[in-house]
Amino acid sequence: MTLAVFFGCTFIAFGPAFGLFIFTIARDPLRIIILIAGAFFWLVSLLLSSLIWFIAVKASDPQDERLQKGLLIFGVMFSVLLQEAFRFLYYKLLRKAIEGLVALSEDGCSPISIQQMAYVAGVGFGLMSGAFSMINLLADALGPGTVGIHGDSQLYFLTSAFMTMVLIFLHTFWGILFFHGCEHRRWWEIAAVVIMHLTVSGLSFCNPLYVGSLVPSYLLMAAAAAWAYLLSGGSAQNLRRFLLCKCCSRKGVGDTLGLVGYQDCCWDGERLSQWLKQEHHPLVSQTRGAGDFLRPWSGCYLSLEK
Amino acid sequence: MITFMNNSDSEEEPCNERTSLMSAESPPVPSYQDGLQASAAGEAQAHRKRRAGSNRGPNNIAGGEMSGSGIPVRESALENEEEELTLKYGAKHVIMLFVPVTLCMIVVVATIKSVRFYTEKNGQLIYTPFSEDTPSVGQRLLNSVLNTIVMISVIIVMTVFLVLLYKYRCYKFIHGWLILSSLMLLFLFTYIYLGEVLKTYNVAMDYPTLFIVIWNFGAVGMICIHWKGPLQLQQAYLIMISALMALVFIKYLPEWSAWVILGAISIYDLMAVLCPKGPLRMLVETAQERNEPIFPALIYSSAMMWTVGMAKPDTAARGPSQQTWDAAEDGREHLRSPSHAESQMSETRSPVPTHPITSLEELEEEERGVKLGLGDFIFYSVLVGKAAATASGDWNTTLACFVAILIGLCLTLLLLAVFKKALPALPISITFGLIFYFSTDNLVRPFMDTLASHQLYI
Repeated sequence: MTLAVFFGCTFIAFGPAFGLFIFTIARDPLRIIILIAGAFFWLVSLLLSSLIWFIAVKASDPQDERLQKGLLIFGVMFSVLLQEAFRFLYYKLLRKAIEGLVALSEDGCSPISIQQMAYVAGVGFGLMSGAFSMINLLADALGPGTVGIHGDSQLYFLTSAFMTMVLIFLHTFWGILFFHGCEHRRWWEIAAVVIMHLTVSGLSFCNPLYVGSLVPSYLLMAAAAAWAYLLSGGSAQNLRRFLLCKCCSRKGVGDTLGLVGYQDCCWDGERLSQWLKQEHHPLVSQTRGAGDFLRPWSGCYLSLEK
Repeated sequence: MITFMNNSDSEEEPCNERTSLMSAESPPVPSYQDGLQASAAGEAQAHRKRRAGSNRGPNNIAGGEMSGSGIPVRESALENEEEELTLKYGAKHVIMLFVPVTLCMIVVVATIKSVRFYTEKNGQLIYTPFSEDTPSVGQRLLNSVLNTIVMISVIIVMTVFLVLLYKYRCYKFIHGWLILSSLMLLFLFTYIYLGEVLKTYNVAMDYPTLFIVIWNFGAVGMICIHWKGPLQLQQAYLIMISALMALVFIKYLPEWSAWVILGAISIYDLMAVLCPKGPLRMLVETAQERNEPIFPALIYSSAMMWTVGMAKPDTAARGPSQQTWDAAEDGREHLRSPSHAESQMSETRSPVPTHPITSLEELEEEERGVKLGLGDFIFYSVLVGKAAATASGDWNTTLACFVAILIGLCLTLLLLAVFKKALPALPISITFGLIFYFSTDNLVRPFMDTLASHQLYI
């Protein structure tokens, strides 16, 4: 337990979340506020669930091991349900906030969409959840000691860090899924989020059998990531074009074609060719067909054409 | 205090404590948090600056409106625009306050967790005369309540004294008081702090080096805070002195007294700013009548660097030389609509070369900044520092208090945007902070500890 463990676990647990924060949230003050408010809502849910657990424990016999274990399981499940309930409350609050922002804006558009809010809210929940799980461990990792000297697992810090990381990601994706479900009134998405959360928390009861808790959690995270990506407008085609079409800058090619405001880096070929033909764009009138413009291996083909 | 002088009274408090701590004969040094003193001193300077042709000059027509009864007139005129602008800039202002508050708290928590000096019990201030080393819980509670009563009375007396000084225009006295106070903070407390940090990390430093370091730090600080300096340097100094003051409080206030004092000072803040006869409110109104900035030099200003009020191009040339970087003009925090005398505040915040602003509305639109009294910084940091010092070595409590205070600040700024007048910044944040401190320490900590021991995740 040294600085190496401390820094290693910190970066494992919080590195990706920190990256997400720096690149997507830190620039926009509104998003920072939504992040902190999300963290606050998670905190309140934890407070209430701790209160219930505390009362239950105080009212019960402290010597009865099985009862205490049962109360702990109950506490964990109740906490998960309460967290999701507070996620719903936060969704309601953000909906109201969007209406307020729209009313105040100059052009009738909210400066932030509900999808972005869903993402930031998820990160807020995740960061607070991760911080509460991990910070005390990190503080202990700085001091002297031997991990697992009494026969417990020696990988305690490392697995805690990995579990924290996966939980932060999961909260982010659950935020997107949950808000999408609330927006479009799809109860099964909401139910899926709740069930996933209960599953991940329940799997953590397998610890220290880490293969039973970490591996399924990561698989669930991958599934949630894919689902959230699809719900946010992503597709396999988008992903492929993004990965292949590296040097296309949005702005350059967009300006070339006069596609103002087109968001994606790599466009859907069919849509673009249709649009070009429709607009009788000068580039299309050349001998090459529109489809030729969009072959990824030509690199910055559109700028070349210009 | 997010709006007008919320913190003036809270600022007076440390001054007294320091005085009694140092020596009985020392003159009453104004506390940093004494916004009144700060504002009075600032006002004196602002007064001089105004006569020197501040950007109010060109706005004589508008200025006439602004002074005295003009303020409501202006407000009604710009009501709609202001409302939009206020809310449009709202999120940015919140972040402009989140960052310094967070920095101050980080400095305090880092010091508390590493330097043992500030958590050792080493006597009490004269403002908390009753000791808490009593055998019974009831006696201890009674002593802490009595300590609070003494402290709050001192604060009330000092605030009223300051309001009287301000009312009778004893600007020089207030100004001198403020300077002495900053001198003590910047030199003596920094010296003590540096000494303790060096002791903690076992770093040797010879006296000549120490002298040069402290001298430079203190001299630049005095210049930045009371005269002119780069905005960010001034902000950094204000954050540092707030952190130093908070550390003094954390060290010298006994356990239970600290919590009761935090609660009581929020209530006092609320009453002093909102009640019609509250000293702080009277101070704000007097300053508005005289059209002077309130509480300069003891208020953290996050105003953006607007050019000096250039309503007319001919004043633009004079602007920067006279008004740029007037650190002393920083007033208390108030998310004011531009129609207030705030425009003078913003004028001091512009080191950028002037560019002519053709309309007053434009000028005001750019001048939006947020000001928060240093007393607010200090008491937020006291709360979080106490949580870090006494919460059973638990970081969750510190984190919970931190988030609670930030949310309270956010809500207060929201109310400020809605009501557009001076509001106390302490009550909501301190209430949330106290609730979260006690509940996290007693309810959440056992739950999280049990979960961690079984490596469960929720």
